[in-house]
Amino acid sequence: MGMAAAFWIMAVVAVAAALGVVLLKNVFRAALALILCFITVAGLYLTLSADFLAAVQVLVYVGAISVLIILAIMMTRDFQRGSPGNRLKLPAFIVAAVLLGMMIFTVTQTSWPLAPQAPLTPTTGPLAMKLFSENGYVLPVEIGAVLLLAAIIGAIVIAREK
Amino acid sequence: MVIGLEHYLILSAVLFSIGLYGALTRRNAVVILMCIEIMLNAANIALVAFSSYIVPLLLTGQVFAIFVMVVAAAEVAVGLAIVLAVYRGLSDIDVNNINLMKW
Repeated sequence: MGMAAAFWIMAVVAVAAALGVVLLKNVFRAALALILCFITVAGLYLTLSADFLAAVQVLVYVGAISVLIILAIMMTRDFQRGSPGNRLKLPAFIVAAVLLGMMIFTVTQTSWPLAPQAPLTPTTGPLAMKLFSENGYVLPVEIGAVLLLAAIIGAIVIAREK
Repeated sequence: MVIGLEHYLILSAVLFSIGLYGALTRRNAVVILMCIEIMLNAANIALVAFSSYIVPLLLTGQVFAIFVMVVAAAEVAVGLAIVLAVYRGLSDIDVNNINLMKW
């Protein structure tokens, strides 16, 4: 019962915040709505008993990415036209609505092979075993580290004053 | 009412569609990047929901969600750097006016 209430609150707030990001005219308010959306997604991870991912979501998205986005908004502050829409509003709405209908139809028509067990909790130790053990995902972890390094260097090179 | 896998998947689909609509219609480059972040988060919700309802003891979906977060962080860093570079050169981040490489 508690989980259901938490899910519905998080779901409604997440959808409202996402609509705010898309529809608000003021870019800064859209960024604040995006942060609210990130926080509710972290709450949704908690209802799915993914505690480590919820913490990572708060650290990476609420902590780092939102700061980057707000910094970019402030650096482009002279651009005062807000967040206008383009001529594609109706076609884009039709595309998004059709895609949403298709996804909902597929999700409700498929019979998912649900597992009977309750999910693992806490997940931090098992996730570390998955990521760093011999027959786990240690190579993708290393490649991810290299990707982040390349992204940092690339961002510095692109954004630096000439 | 018990919350099942379908609830999370439909929520994920709704968030993805909202992000898609925003990414297609907004003209401010920073807002487009924000909409892409919403779409990545929607995909993450679906991955974690699959992980905890279908393979609850394997955690593969959560591992994949972590990699999605890594790629999203790299993407937003490089994307915002490009936006700042374009803004410095053109004094504009309206994607309708950034048409130097368009023919």
